[in-house]
Amino acid sequence: MASVSPDFLVVWPDPPAADLARTLDLAGYRWKAVTSPEEALEHEPAGGWAGAVVSCGENPESAWAFCRALRRRDAMPVPILLLISGAELGQLEMRDDSFDDFCLAPFHPRELEARLRHLTYSDGAATRAELVEYGGLVLNLETYQATFEGNPLDLTFMEYELLKFLAQNPGKVFTREILLSRVWGYEYYGGARTVDVHIRRLRAKLGEEHANLIQTVRSVGYRFGQSRWNG
Amino acid sequence: MSEMLEQQEQQRNYVLRTVEERGVRLVRLWFTDILGNLKSFAISPAELENALIDGMTFDGSSIEGFSRVQEADVLAIPDPNTFEVLPWADPKGTEARVFCNIHNLDATPFSGDPRQVLRRNLDAAVAKGFSFYVAPDIEYFYFAPPQPGELPRPLDEGGFFDLTTSDMATSLRKETIRTLETMGIPVEYSFHEDAPSQHEIDLRHTDALSMADSVMTFRLAVKEVAAAHGIHATFMPKPLEGVQGSGMHLHLSLFRGSDNAFYDEADPYNLSATAKSFMAGLLRHAAEITAVTNQTVNSYKRLVPGFEAPVHISWARNNRSGLIRVPVPKKGNPLATRIEYRSPDPAANPYLAFSVLLAAGMKGITEGYELPVEADANLFEMDDAALTKLGIGQLPQSLSDAVNLMERSELVHDALGEHIFEWFLRNKRSEWRGYKTQVTPFEINRYLRSL
Repeated sequence: MASVSPDFLVVWPDPPAADLARTLDLAGYRWKAVTSPEEALEHEPAGGWAGAVVSCGENPESAWAFCRALRRRDAMPVPILLLISGAELGQLEMRDDSFDDFCLAPFHPRELEARLRHLTYSDGAATRAELVEYGGLVLNLETYQATFEGNPLDLTFMEYELLKFLAQNPGKVFTREILLSRVWGYEYYGGARTVDVHIRRLRAKLGEEHANLIQTVRSVGYRFGQSRWNG
Repeated sequence: MSEMLEQQEQQRNYVLRTVEERGVRLVRLWFTDILGNLKSFAISPAELENALIDGMTFDGSSIEGFSRVQEADVLAIPDPNTFEVLPWADPKGTEARVFCNIHNLDATPFSGDPRQVLRRNLDAAVAKGFSFYVAPDIEYFYFAPPQPGELPRPLDEGGFFDLTTSDMATSLRKETIRTLETMGIPVEYSFHEDAPSQHEIDLRHTDALSMADSVMTFRLAVKEVAAAHGIHATFMPKPLEGVQGSGMHLHLSLFRGSDNAFYDEADPYNLSATAKSFMAGLLRHAAEITAVTNQTVNSYKRLVPGFEAPVHISWARNNRSGLIRVPVPKKGNPLATRIEYRSPDPAANPYLAFSVLLAAGMKGITEGYELPVEADANLFEMDDAALTKLGIGQLPQSLSDAVNLMERSELVHDALGEHIFEWFLRNKRSEWRGYKTQVTPFEINRYLRSL
């Protein structure tokens, strides 16, 4: 079944092997070959890349670097299909987190097509859930669940929203007014002090030994954790 | 407004998703009757989505004080932001609770619901630019499970436990605090009080609505944790004769935005004009609101001289015999400026108690009441004539006195609304009649032989 609006794939390296280009064209994909993660970002369509096809040919180290760069970025996750020769299969070991699926090269066009269709099947559902992670804290944005060191944290909705906002911006200091307007969005009985009340609740739930994950910045506001870049 | 609706939808989704992810089997819809008893009905997760949107209809006449029979049905609409998984439930059958606002079938707030009454009073304060914050210090006793007709048996007196009982009570208190903290109720201090088996837990301040919910949760958590160890926890104001009773001192403050409206750097007491008028309002209306803050016959056995409970209507900075104490906040923290109102006890309905306190204080602000002079002497040592000279009155001496004063109070009538005001007076008169007709051991001992 031909899709009306074909998925847009990013392909590495540029130029791709001729058989890959032909298979993607025949399968109806739109695609763009790039040489670097920066170039992938630059050409990314508005809805994000539907998937990435990375050939782990003569230059496996660069291929892995490209995969890792796609994983690290803050934007929408891109599912990655790796093309790899039988002799190189050992490379996959310990790298499960760097790709979503692989196809043996040289590939059979029908197999590659089937794997791509599966990989890009209804965006989101086949990819990993969106997570916000910091230290032992994990917030799953899809299921609204929070865990700390693997144990579920039972949060109220506003506690969850506040923690999510803070954890998405580690190391940044926010005033109470900013937090109130960004997280609450409307007037509540507690006024601006509501923020303090919820911070205390979060600290209580995180437990004494992790309460300092959220720091009070005297006469300014609050900061969560350390910045990833200048921590 | 649409932003608010969108957030309400997100809140509902959050609750529904959490129920699914955490495997919640039962959701308890909580609300409070006029006397402050926690009421609950349980629904299955399948019913929850509908309940969050349309509410659950139930027969209000089954709840004491709620509805007259001819207009029986009311609607409980869950407040999704109060949704919490209950830490003490069976792990195999995870349970959660959510507080409800009670509405009439036409969606208007139901006037018999204490939570709606507090919301109405808070709205009035918000309209004047104030948010009302409360931090309670709650005292209670641990006893051996009570037997009918027997006096309460404190744990510290031995006999009930073979092991050292003070360790037992302390570990119970610690377990309670852990439970409270996992439910988002942070604790400031806790300690063993002077009386045998008496404990105190002080909660960190929050807005009054969250705190009233927290007090309801607190009372249940204390009892649940104790019961799990075969021990009875009680919030009865004066369970033991001759030792101090259990109070619920309330630390009160008003905020305007992020600023503490009670703080004034220029004032020698660091108290703003707002704080002083608020205090003046509390002092002037103290007697008439006491039926609400101290609602049982037994409450007035606590409000007697000599046991650290207030008797006189006065204020001071560091005199614990007065009704209002102004604690000196830690240096450099104007945000901690507050007043401590010392008469309430933990058997009060927190929604109604906070409502009348706020109404009295706000009345002081809007009418610009003048704060009387500080009474820093020990009032317990002064005779009535000296007190009268200082213009210091007394709190009501009995539930009957308190109810009579409340009946004439326009302020309490307006704060509680006609429905609750009427029902409360009727209920408390009947409680007093039931008490008055008793012939007590005191009378038998004193009169039987001599008269």
